Amino acid sequence: MIKKLRHFVDKTKPNFTEGGKYAWLQSTFEAFESFLFVPDETTKRGCHVRDAIDLKRTMITVVIALMPALLFGIWNIGYQHFKAVAECATFWQIIGFGLLKALPVIVVSYITGLAIEFAFAQIRHHQVNEGYLVTGMLIPMVLPPDIPLWMVAVATAFAVLIGKEAFGGTGMNLVNPALTARAFLFFAYPSVMSGDKVWIADQPDAFSGATPLGILANGGTNLPDAWTMIWGGIPGSMGETSVIAITLGAILLLMTGIASWRIMLSVIFGGGLMGLLFNAIGANEYMQLPFYYHYLMGGFMFGAVFMATDPVTAAQTNTGKWIYGLLIGIFAVMLRVLNSAYAEGMMLSILLMNCFAPLIDHCVIARNIKKRQKRAIVQQKTFAR
Amino acid sequence: MSQVIKIKQGLDIHLKGKAEQVVSCVIPDYFALHPTDFIGLMPRLRVQEGDQVKVGTPLFCDKRDERIRFTAPVSGTVSEIRRGAKRQLQAIVIQSDKQNAALPFEVGELTKEGITQSLLEIGLWPMIRQRPYSTVARPDDTPQAFFISAFDSSPLAPDMDFLAEHFPDSLQKGLEVLNILSDGKLHLCVHAEKTQSEVLLKAKNVVIHQFSGPHPSGNVGTQINKICPINKGDIVWYCGLPEIINIGHFFLTGQLDFGRIYAVAGSGLLHPHYIQTKLGASVSALVKNNLKDDHQRIVSGNVLTGKAVTENGFIGYYHNVLSVIPEGDQRHELIGWIWPGFKKFSMSRTFPSGFIPNALQPDFELDTNYHGEERAYVMTGEFEKVFPFDIYPLQLIKACLVGDIDLMENLGIYEVDPEDFALCEFVDTSKTDIQAIIFEALEKLRKEAEG
Repeated sequence: MIKKLRHFVDKTKPNFTEGGKYAWLQSTFEAFESFLFVPDETTKRGCHVRDAIDLKRTMITVVIALMPALLFGIWNIGYQHFKAVAECATFWQIIGFGLLKALPVIVVSYITGLAIEFAFAQIRHHQVNEGYLVTGMLIPMVLPPDIPLWMVAVATAFAVLIGKEAFGGTGMNLVNPALTARAFLFFAYPSVMSGDKVWIADQPDAFSGATPLGILANGGTNLPDAWTMIWGGIPGSMGETSVIAITLGAILLLMTGIASWRIMLSVIFGGGLMGLLFNAIGANEYMQLPFYYHYLMGGFMFGAVFMATDPVTAAQTNTGKWIYGLLIGIFAVMLRVLNSAYAEGMMLSILLMNCFAPLIDHCVIARNIKKRQKRAIVQQKTFAR
Repeated sequence: MSQVIKIKQGLDIHLKGKAEQVVSCVIPDYFALHPTDFIGLMPRLRVQEGDQVKVGTPLFCDKRDERIRFTAPVSGTVSEIRRGAKRQLQAIVIQSDKQNAALPFEVGELTKEGITQSLLEIGLWPMIRQRPYSTVARPDDTPQAFFISAFDSSPLAPDMDFLAEHFPDSLQKGLEVLNILSDGKLHLCVHAEKTQSEVLLKAKNVVIHQFSGPHPSGNVGTQINKICPINKGDIVWYCGLPEIINIGHFFLTGQLDFGRIYAVAGSGLLHPHYIQTKLGASVSALVKNNLKDDHQRIVSGNVLTGKAVTENGFIGYYHNVLSVIPEGDQRHELIGWIWPGFKKFSMSRTFPSGFIPNALQPDFELDTNYHGEERAYVMTGEFEKVFPFDIYPLQLIKACLVGDIDLMENLGIYEVDPEDFALCEFVDTSKTDIQAIIFEALEKLRKEAEG
């Protein structure tokens, strides 16, 4: 079976190489081939042996880490809907409804994004990078379930074109593409991205489906209890509601070492720190909220685990990662509490720090450079003596 | 003895086929010297095909400093002068007469000038190299320090203890000579646990430093960086143990001899072991009747930094090991990125092997497969795990790629050598050729410095 498949690939390959009938699809063919079979390339120069890891393995690990949150999200879409319309439903009805809402969004995100990625790879005669495997999954997970599909397509196109390809593609982008897509919709179509009518699919008009952050931003206090927010039975974006499901993903990312523990830890630490500071000030009820509530509401954990840790847009030095994460946590909570116009501070906080990450790295590296120059002067002096 | 310098960042790659501590004697028919082994050398040929040579007869010299000679390691006839593109001199092949007759040389005075003079004359001088750039040392320079690494931490490396025990007297004499040459600034770096040989631990006329931890603790670049980091304009000399044994042997006996014990190791061999022969021996003689099959990669040097050679090639001037590993081009693994991969080796914990502590890992049989394709730099923090310098590796690599000389200098380019980046290249998720990037950057700086 495998041999037959290999034989088929080998037979069709000449059509897609230079001079072949479909040479203009070379990058696309290679992407699918290397997806199917590990390339049999051997080392040419430098190290004769190489580590078994590659970008495919890395990206697939992240996609697997997203699965608990995604599956829970699908169930939660159905659960929230049937709760809002006050109907009884079986587990499979709930899942079925969730799938009906989630799958089209995922499919649209992948098709739009991959089409652009493949086209750019083709134009540049590059190989297709695997980065979009993760981005394509992240975009649906940070959007409300009822989002119109054409908006998903427009936002994805914007994120991939302006957020990524304009900077040179995977590895070169300044801001996280998935969050760029979300920010685009947030500012371009605020009516579908905020308020208390968008977070539950097919919601009856009379029902208020506000997220905990929405309730707080409007000065309300009747939050769901902490336990509900931990397991995630609350309205919200598809992937962000369950702290437990996100933690499962975080465990995989930390165990495999794919995501930086420094960033995850420092984001959580920074958020807690700001929360405690507000507790100490205690000027209004939002400030008096127990600091750990910030972890349970909105996209804080999802952002800390999957967004802030994006290695391309985060700080790259180890010291820089601590500062970067800490500031994300601090700003996220600060935005939430002080600026009620933007109920969710996490997205803007991460995007802001994405822009500052190069500056943080610059300062960290400047210290290293200064140390080296100082050493040279000291050694010169001792040598001269 | 000074305190132990702990190397925390690094990776030991345990490969199957370590050389068994058995020495067999092989006298191949052919030997060769490659002018291309010496970075930046412009060779001037001194012999022609058909010339009779003895041990110590100059084969070629450095055009810019004709005192630096490269002499024949064996006696016999120059059988072939291999040239490459643009008539680049690639190898001078000698057919050995198996007499090992040497030109008569007199051992000079044991002063700095006398030793320099002798080493230049007999052709042992090129065994001393300098950092930065890893070129042959210039006789008129005064180095800040002279370093010797007394252990090799790279995969399949020869056991330096084993070599030292074979020639204790030559080694000690060599150290004495180099100590004079370096004005007493000779540093010998040993491994805190792995170096057991009394010859090394109780060596005289040197400052001994102890290192511990995984590869690249045995790289002389790491050791220099920890003890006496190189600033712009500094020069540090270094030399390997087998080379010192050659030097010591001459000053001890007055006889010039390029004898070497090479480790011939790797999972592609039937009996990995040590072979006693002369410098520059032919590969075919070293692996004769020992290859598992034809489909092997033969590497002169270790598998991280060495050069691929064919069976009609020769072992390189500075190499102490001939590594033979299987080629990895004959498998097409279906959706290989998803399987657990129990037999695969990786530093990352996306494979089971990543969870085993480095010291407890079993030996792996690695082949030359790339395990992926080249990509843009995405992951961060992985180089830092295997790079024990106080340098930001990714930033330095990027500075080299854009060719920003000021930035390279600021980030510490003079402290590094391509081999120091070998492990970064090994673990790189994006599969880039980092050693080549660093090499080209250093070459650019060297050419600029030499004008």
